[in-house]
Amino acid sequence: MTKPKVADLLHEPGCGHNHKKGDNKACSQQAKPGAAQGGCAFDGASITLVPITDAAHLVHGPTACAGNSWGSRGSLSSGATTYQLGLTTDVKENDIIFGGEKKLYSAIAQVINRYHPPAVFVYATCVTSLIGDDLEAVCRAATEQFQTPTIPVQAPGFTGTKNLGNRLAGEALFEYVVGTQEPEYTTPYDINLIGEYNVAGELWGVLPLLEKVGIRVLSKITGDATFREICYAHRAKLNVMICSKALINLGRKMEETYGIPYIEESFYGVADMNRCLRHIAEKLGDEELKARVETLIATETAKLDTALAPYRKRLQGKRIVLYTGGVKSWSIISAAQDLGMKVVATSTKKSTEEDKAKIKELLGEDGIMLSKGNAKELLKVIENTNADMLVAGGRNQYTALKARIPFLDVNQERHNPYAGYRGLIEMAKEFDHVLHSPIWEQVREPAPWSLVTSH
Amino acid sequence: MTTITSPQKSLSVNPLKQSPPLGAALALLGLKGLVPLLHGSQGCTAFAKVLLVRHFREAIPIATTAMTEVSTILGGEENIEEAILTLVEKAEPELLGLLTTGLTETRGDDMPYILKLFRQRHPELKSLPIILASTPDYKGGLQEGYATAVKSIVETDYGAPPQETSQPVITVLAGSLLGPGDVQEIKEIIEAFGLTPLVIPDLSGSLDGHLDDSEYNSKTSGGTSLQQLQQLARSRFTIVIGESMRPAAEVLQQKFETNYQVFPRLSGLKTVDQFLWLLSQISEYPDTVPKKYQHQRRQLQDAILDSHFYLGGKKISLALEPDLLYQTSWLLQEMGVNIQAAVTTSKSPLLNDLPVDTVTIGDFGDLEELAPNSDLIITNSQGKLIADKLDIPLYRLGFPIYDRLGNGTRCLTSYRGTMQLLFDLSNLFIEHSH
Repeated sequence: MTKPKVADLLHEPGCGHNHKKGDNKACSQQAKPGAAQGGCAFDGASITLVPITDAAHLVHGPTACAGNSWGSRGSLSSGATTYQLGLTTDVKENDIIFGGEKKLYSAIAQVINRYHPPAVFVYATCVTSLIGDDLEAVCRAATEQFQTPTIPVQAPGFTGTKNLGNRLAGEALFEYVVGTQEPEYTTPYDINLIGEYNVAGELWGVLPLLEKVGIRVLSKITGDATFREICYAHRAKLNVMICSKALINLGRKMEETYGIPYIEESFYGVADMNRCLRHIAEKLGDEELKARVETLIATETAKLDTALAPYRKRLQGKRIVLYTGGVKSWSIISAAQDLGMKVVATSTKKSTEEDKAKIKELLGEDGIMLSKGNAKELLKVIENTNADMLVAGGRNQYTALKARIPFLDVNQERHNPYAGYRGLIEMAKEFDHVLHSPIWEQVREPAPWSLVTSH
Repeated sequence: MTTITSPQKSLSVNPLKQSPPLGAALALLGLKGLVPLLHGSQGCTAFAKVLLVRHFREAIPIATTAMTEVSTILGGEENIEEAILTLVEKAEPELLGLLTTGLTETRGDDMPYILKLFRQRHPELKSLPIILASTPDYKGGLQEGYATAVKSIVETDYGAPPQETSQPVITVLAGSLLGPGDVQEIKEIIEAFGLTPLVIPDLSGSLDGHLDDSEYNSKTSGGTSLQQLQQLARSRFTIVIGESMRPAAEVLQQKFETNYQVFPRLSGLKTVDQFLWLLSQISEYPDTVPKKYQHQRRQLQDAILDSHFYLGGKKISLALEPDLLYQTSWLLQEMGVNIQAAVTTSKSPLLNDLPVDTVTIGDFGDLEELAPNSDLIITNSQGKLIADKLDIPLYRLGFPIYDRLGNGTRCLTSYRGTMQLLFDLSNLFIEHSH
């Protein structure tokens, strides 16, 4: 990995983190020895690229990198299943001594011969970077020899955090994929969705809405995408960034190079979904489209109001603590508020200044913003705010459950789609189940013998 | 004599193997008051943690030295020091476990030297035992990492033992083929013979899935304690479960002259008979076995009768780590099953002696080629993809199992556990018989 590139990504001008001076730049944060830990850059790059369903994803490293991670992500496919394969060179001691380049080349050859993918993404890892394997040279040779794009992804774990890995994956897409093919046709209503990975099939709750008003999603980057559609992403009229901080560099570079403007939006909650549709229509600048969007919003929100009414009654005034990264910290707040719930505290650990301003506005005066925190502190906040539940990523699930506190997962490994109008109903259902489950009384019930004072 | 094939491949398709540091961390989680510390990039820890959390459905305490590109070039000394000091401050561990990874082994960090310097700089932590294990990702799989950690656990010095205990202590080296539920059962059996088991590692205390009074544990809340480890010198005998535990037993023999016996498996009538017979011989009442187990033996014999209709003649393909493969395939063979294919993760002396002509050291890609037309596949949850593709039912065994509950209490060894396994498999065949 070339140093200047990483430094560029850490100081990405499109990212709100870098608009303010000071040390609290979430994207350049590194894990602390002995402290809690998130995923590495390799993890981040995989999260971003593996959802390309017809491509092969080959990990050049020892067993840990692929063996401990393949098949664990929740991105769904409507077609190809090649992306599900866990492919690795499974580097052994001998490879470390003699170098792994030949093995890698032969592995790429086998992948192409056996699975005929439209492209192979090859991931560097710490060990193969350290021994100096020239991934780019091997990929270049393979691309030429097999006439199949073979793309080096230079995001070994030790380069940094998951977030940096997302961006390094974005670099790989920009450098090797976007702009390499042409679409069959274009329309004035072509957009790309960037940073949506179709976890639990969320995309499928949103695509029909766009289709209904006549917006065409040219390329999905990368949830449920084919390799080819990303190749011609440069022909879109607008980039819509979802969970934007992850691939902000891609949006900015596509704007610079291809003149495609980008907007940052969220699919969570009525207000955000409405705003997203209106912004797209506005940017595409078509009056008829705007009218169609307004009609859709009117119908959908009316339908939604009816469907949500019973839940709103049951969820009214419930207090939640939200602990999740970046954009989600404000987008889920707005979804929860749509349901009549009160977010009493939220994390701002990975949030930008802009995110924080939005959060402040949404939370009001009493809302607590957690700039850092471990499991212990999180439990303290829940107690102090008298919250009814914790909404967080899977990693904190057992923090909540072991303390007998209701929990809802809003991250990567979850199984329910929460995006779009339909997603909000799904979310309301889940909140209702979790909060009103009859189990809480039982797990909090003291044993009869524990109440007797011993003599 | 089984033939071992170990194709020299440059491409592994759908790896069966998990990493050695993950296995080592799992073993360390069976000690009380500890946080496994992985010396590597943050991702090594994050991936291991996610798999452990998904398998056990528990909060898993585990930490990283958070190596970066720069600290890798300069050497990990400072990161290790900072990580240990942070852990001491935050979690107040009674024991520390430090594991290397592929990254730091490739770089060549001199771990004993780094620890020596650390000891010199921090005399205030003199009484904190640090268990150090070398577990490069590129050598072996979960079982090897687990075994290396157990060997390191028994090699480590824990200081002067406290006063004598009244009951005779029996050491059990519990291999990675055992889950928390198996360990619990083994402890109960040993206690029933009037003996005190000292299990290393004791996953039944830490990963058996129970609610504690305290809301939050920043270190393991149960498992083998420091006091127990100090008793090792006084142990009368070592019972070894799993061939991979043998090197650790040899350490104990050299250090304390404790004799040992290896049980490469603990399921199936005869092998459990031998286990109970040994316990009776080293107990105070030789030749007697508690009534409870005499009765369970009769129940198992009955279960064998009931289940042989469903298991006899069936073709089963397995993909498991060596110890678990040995235990499971022999039990199945004794029930009249034909082992169609056996795939495993790494070399082991057991592989020469399996009830099958050939065993392949490979991955799920190999299983996919070998398993067609089997009646059943036995492997971990990641085998679901292949089982579905081949339209063959799957019985989940090994690690990780993330789409079934109860991994913290599941017991498939001893008379009771053998019975459970036979019923599980027979029920699967009954379910799929149409």
